[in-house]
Amino acid sequence: MKTFRIGGIHPAENKFSAGQQIKTAALPKQAVIPLAHYIGTPSEAVVKRGDLVKVGQLIGQANGFISANVHSSVSGKVSKIDVQLDASGYKRPAVFIEVDGDDWLETIDRSRDIKRECALSKEEIIEKIKSAGIVGLGGATFPAHVKLMPPPGKKAGVLIINAVECESYLTCDHQLMMEHGEEILIGVTILMKALQVERAIIGVENNKKDAIHHLKKLAANLKGIEVEALKVRYPQGGEKQLIDALIRRQVPSGKIPVEVGAVVQNVATTYAIYEAVQKNKPMIDRVMTITGKDAPNPGNYRVRLGTYLSSVVEEAGGVPAGTGKIVGGGPMMGRSLMNLNIPMAKGSSGVVFLRDEESIRKPVQNCIRCTKCVTVCPMGLEPYLLMAQSERNMWPEMEADRVMDCIECGSCSYTCPSNRPLLDYIRFGKSTVGGIIRSRTAK
Amino acid sequence: MEKLIISPAPHIHSGDSVSKNMTGVIIAMIPALLASLYFFGLGALIVTLTAVAACMLFELLIQKYILKGPVTILDGSAAVTGILLAFNLPSNLPIWMIIVGALVAIGVAKMSFGGLGNNPFNPALVGRVFLLISFPVDMTTWPVVAPLTMNYLDAETGATVLGILKEGSASLPAIKDMVIGNIPGSIGEVSAIALLIGLAYMLFRKIITWHIPVSILLTVALFAGILYAVDPETYASPLVHLFSGGLMLGAIFMATDYVTSPMTFRGMWIYGVGIGLLTVIIRTWGAYPEGVSFAILIMNGFTPLINFYVKPKRFGEKPNKA
Repeated sequence: MKTFRIGGIHPAENKFSAGQQIKTAALPKQAVIPLAHYIGTPSEAVVKRGDLVKVGQLIGQANGFISANVHSSVSGKVSKIDVQLDASGYKRPAVFIEVDGDDWLETIDRSRDIKRECALSKEEIIEKIKSAGIVGLGGATFPAHVKLMPPPGKKAGVLIINAVECESYLTCDHQLMMEHGEEILIGVTILMKALQVERAIIGVENNKKDAIHHLKKLAANLKGIEVEALKVRYPQGGEKQLIDALIRRQVPSGKIPVEVGAVVQNVATTYAIYEAVQKNKPMIDRVMTITGKDAPNPGNYRVRLGTYLSSVVEEAGGVPAGTGKIVGGGPMMGRSLMNLNIPMAKGSSGVVFLRDEESIRKPVQNCIRCTKCVTVCPMGLEPYLLMAQSERNMWPEMEADRVMDCIECGSCSYTCPSNRPLLDYIRFGKSTVGGIIRSRTAK
Repeated sequence: MEKLIISPAPHIHSGDSVSKNMTGVIIAMIPALLASLYFFGLGALIVTLTAVAACMLFELLIQKYILKGPVTILDGSAAVTGILLAFNLPSNLPIWMIIVGALVAIGVAKMSFGGLGNNPFNPALVGRVFLLISFPVDMTTWPVVAPLTMNYLDAETGATVLGILKEGSASLPAIKDMVIGNIPGSIGEVSAIALLIGLAYMLFRKIITWHIPVSILLTVALFAGILYAVDPETYASPLVHLFSGGLMLGAIFMATDYVTSPMTFRGMWIYGVGIGLLTVIIRTWGAYPEGVSFAILIMNGFTPLINFYVKPKRFGEKPNKA
């Protein structure tokens, strides 16, 4: 079975919410819709205090190339445009809406019928995805339409759908494939048309055998779509790792996937693209997983953007006793949350409760040079060395040892027998070196 | 959840620890330890217990009274050094010499460089080589195998395989006896089969990778094989090289010491090939009959240089399919 060729780890999967039907979370009383994205420029508000908005109405206009439109996920009255703490712990601009009923724009097709035919041209598809504010739902929230417009001279040969869900605990993509496989495949054909490629590969890790079987059956009479089972290995969902696993090509340092002829979209993004293109539904909700070893009802929930995480968690049975840490996202790359008064954003893939004893890091010991961090690094770096350089402010050396290639997957810190905070130091060094590089190229 | 813990990702850990790895190494040494107790009896027991106790005690004393810092003797690393030092000694070595060896191993080779993780040379080997140079007669007077004997200092002695090769004084024992360990030698080195069981265990538990032991053994087999093919009268067969002296012990337990070996697979190959070549060179043309200890220490010295120049295979370096 295929997998990527360098490094990797296999943490306990703990997919407690696997197979749980997607439940629709209750409408919030107030929606706080973030205008900022994890990556790129915040959108600009196009509504003001007192405006009445409908579900699906544009409230934030994309601001620049790497930015995305934001739509109201609820209907009601804009109470203010203010800052709100988000998962990263920063105050970011957001639109506060007092919810009143559930009044959708008439243009949105809310029927359950699956719409198969798409007569739109390549340009029309891309424009629709762009105006619907679709971003990558795997976590990085990179605007989806940007990936569909390769830089001049580059041509995509294959579309890769990231259905790996390699983070432990999370199951939202898995369940989405089980319940909306057909729509996802229509989304794939739409993307193939937008990219004008003849081939698409859906990469799924082999711990989701039912989803692989289901998609294979559905894809059997579609031309050019392959479903590939992958050996379970983290971080296979990393874009570069997934491309290596599926087509045995490695994206060179500092380059984007289209350099090796690939464009990658997440499976949940593909579903959102189906909804945007076929149903005129902008990005106003997503499926997320609420889970943990002691979670009362581990499950998958369809949640409107801007809903406070606290209300979804309450619906799922509340925070279990003995929780020491709440992670927004997966346990390897997610963020630990200060509290649950954080609005649901496009990139929120899950809430994971970790027990007290799992939450506290063990005391740091000397590096015993066991080479385990070097062995697991999926980018072929030397984490022990980068940490030592970062501690000593050796920025040119860090750059030469390719710190900018680090994808921050955390495999090094996970595996270190001396509990060394490798990624903490590498991340710090990476941001410092990144700043140095930017100021050098700006000159 | 009165207070939630905030820290950067990753939020989970493998559960691996220094002491788990050290305990794993100790478990892997048990077959060789049992073999030594069988072949050399009471002497092996006294030597092992003395070396382990002395190594742990010296680490405790140095950490507590000289460094006045945390005491970490329970992480298992001092015990590993103790057992490895014992494995490199003859079973009739006087207790006071073992204690001197332990002091050099822990005090000089390990703690004076900053303790676990900071020593450039393998502590047990530094201890052994110090004893070999200081007390050459006691360190090269090997008891012959006497199963479960109660003799210690007064054990009957004989020549090792490599000693016989150097002197040409007697005929060599059968390869079968060398594999099982039915030959004179340091207590932990004689039984190749017991050491190989330990290797299999360490590979299975992923405590070490195969690169260092395989590169050393392969190099010795190839180099000795070439010499043997050129002139079988003068040079020993590769099988004799593989199963005699401290080669197995060195390749499996000494050269694979985390701290003093390279950090990349390519580096491990360079290091292993270097040890293999130096071992055969010292054995064949050197003043000492055995060269594994020296070969490993010399390559320990090259490890920082190897780490500086030899980088892992970076992502993006593998050839792309057209």
